[in-house]
Amino acid sequence: MNLAAHPRAKWIGFALVALALIGLPFALASVGTAWVRIGNLAILFVFLSLGLNIVVGFAGLLDLGYIAFYAVGAYVYALLASPHFDLHLPFWVILPIGSLVACLFGVLLGAPTLKLRGDYLAIVTLGFGEIVRIFLNNLSQPVNITNGPQGISRIDPFSLGSFSFSKNETILGLAFSGPIKYYYILLVILLLAIVVNLRLQHSRIGRAWEAIREDETAARAMGIDTTRIKLLAFAMGASFGGIAGGMFAAIQGFISPESFVLVESIMVLSMVVLGGMGNIWGVVLGAVLLSFVPELLRYTVEPLQLYLFGRTFIEPEVIRMLLFGLALVLMMLYRPAGLLPSAVRKRELSKAK
Amino acid sequence: MSDALLDCAGLDKRFGGVLALSQVGFSIRRGEIYGLIGPNGAGKTTLFNALTGIYPCDAGGFMFAGKTLAGLRPDQIAARGIARTFQNIRLFGNLSALDNVMIGRHVRTHAGVFGAILRTRATLAEEAAIERRALELLVYVGIAARANDVARQLPYGDQRRLEIARALATEPKLLALDEPAAGMNATETLELRKLLERIRADGTTILLIEHDMKLVMGLCDRVLVLDYGKKIAEGPPREVQRDPRVIAAYLGAAGEGEAA
Repeated sequence: MNLAAHPRAKWIGFALVALALIGLPFALASVGTAWVRIGNLAILFVFLSLGLNIVVGFAGLLDLGYIAFYAVGAYVYALLASPHFDLHLPFWVILPIGSLVACLFGVLLGAPTLKLRGDYLAIVTLGFGEIVRIFLNNLSQPVNITNGPQGISRIDPFSLGSFSFSKNETILGLAFSGPIKYYYILLVILLLAIVVNLRLQHSRIGRAWEAIREDETAARAMGIDTTRIKLLAFAMGASFGGIAGGMFAAIQGFISPESFVLVESIMVLSMVVLGGMGNIWGVVLGAVLLSFVPELLRYTVEPLQLYLFGRTFIEPEVIRMLLFGLALVLMMLYRPAGLLPSAVRKRELSKAK
Repeated sequence: MSDALLDCAGLDKRFGGVLALSQVGFSIRRGEIYGLIGPNGAGKTTLFNALTGIYPCDAGGFMFAGKTLAGLRPDQIAARGIARTFQNIRLFGNLSALDNVMIGRHVRTHAGVFGAILRTRATLAEEAAIERRALELLVYVGIAARANDVARQLPYGDQRRLEIARALATEPKLLALDEPAAGMNATETLELRKLLERIRADGTTILLIEHDMKLVMGLCDRVLVLDYGKKIAEGPPREVQRDPRVIAAYLGAAGEGEAA
């Protein structure tokens, strides 16, 4: 008998996943609080990957400057909740604002690039990402808006009334550190984001994105306003980036333009590609893997070498890049559509055979 | 207003120094099956592309259901009620047959981002209606059994039918078909003919580019013959067939067209 087909199996599976997600931060905390922080960053990266997946995976528009929207969201949060302008708005006000502003930037990037495809689009988006970062670096004169390369510090953490997400607390005999509290709120927001993504994918708009990716000319002939639908993809993707950026600023308490370099854009794109473009669960997997594996290496490579040889031959950072390169090559050879490819992508990439 | 659905007058289309269409004019009546024939390179597909907004016209233009189509984008023209198929089939190849037709419903439906995210009752109802209508259309063109198959893996004839179903999903007043019988065998062509007659009987006007003369002569009420971008004849198939200029265009100077 097929166990997975059993009606109760679905609910039991669901409950197990829920339990694992609820227990995860305590398991991580028992290894070290740093790991809870890594888990939180992983959630942010999942969030970013989901947003980029709308642009790249659904609509098929290659965006190499996605991190710019993350930056916009982070700076909106930092400016509205820090001593820099002495503004301290609550997070549930700022996150929507950040997402809206990022959304506007998405349209701003989208509008001039609508006629571009493939490589050309990639180049322009890459430039856009750099422009945003350079602006953030230099908007400290003549009026100090972003505080330049020094960045903005002492950013307010999330708080609801007197409940702050950054303080340690003991509730019901369990020690909730700041990162653990953040973990839960991030998880809730992430689950919402996944639901939004799933719903968008299986909707009239989601189908229009697919149509554009498959054949833009045919899509237009079928009455799809490709201009609007593409802009919508940029806007939606960007607003996800904006929310993630806001959460990042709150968790870190400090941001500077250095957090939003090109490599980060490429990292997020790698997560999407590794996991499986267009498949939401694949993208989640890709982001989790690429967030945790490098950290695991950081904590294992050096002690392992010390234990085996008594000294360090290769720096963890070097190993990380080596393995990353190797992983990408292996992927292209054996699973070009990603670890958990979407059915449609798999077909696209098997065209040659 | 006359019973003309589409009027074309003084249409010019230039590609660099080549005049691909020159002073083409014709008029299609409601409920008609109107054929567009001519040797290869005569400008038939160019005319289609000008009609559906892919190319801008250099002079002249189209009036559709009493309104000009000048300056409209392809998607706006589809919204006005002109749907087309492509000579070299342009399906959304990696999507299922059903998805292809559902995408065709886009232009007649309204759900936006917020409807999709919130799954409002209106959105759910619309989504169900889209799927129902798409299935109906697959039944209509006779490929319901293929609904969940990937479009590009369908047999050739079925792909042609799917393209017609997708076009019909946009609820066109005018269905423009670019060589729908190309590559079909005699049986499939006969089936196609029945389908087109049914579509016309159900109230959709058809503009047809076709090389299969037997099909054109048997199916069309009137035909327009193009040669080197110029209209050389127009009228009922029997008359056009005897027109010396048409015979010359097909058999004479070029000598590469099929016998008319």
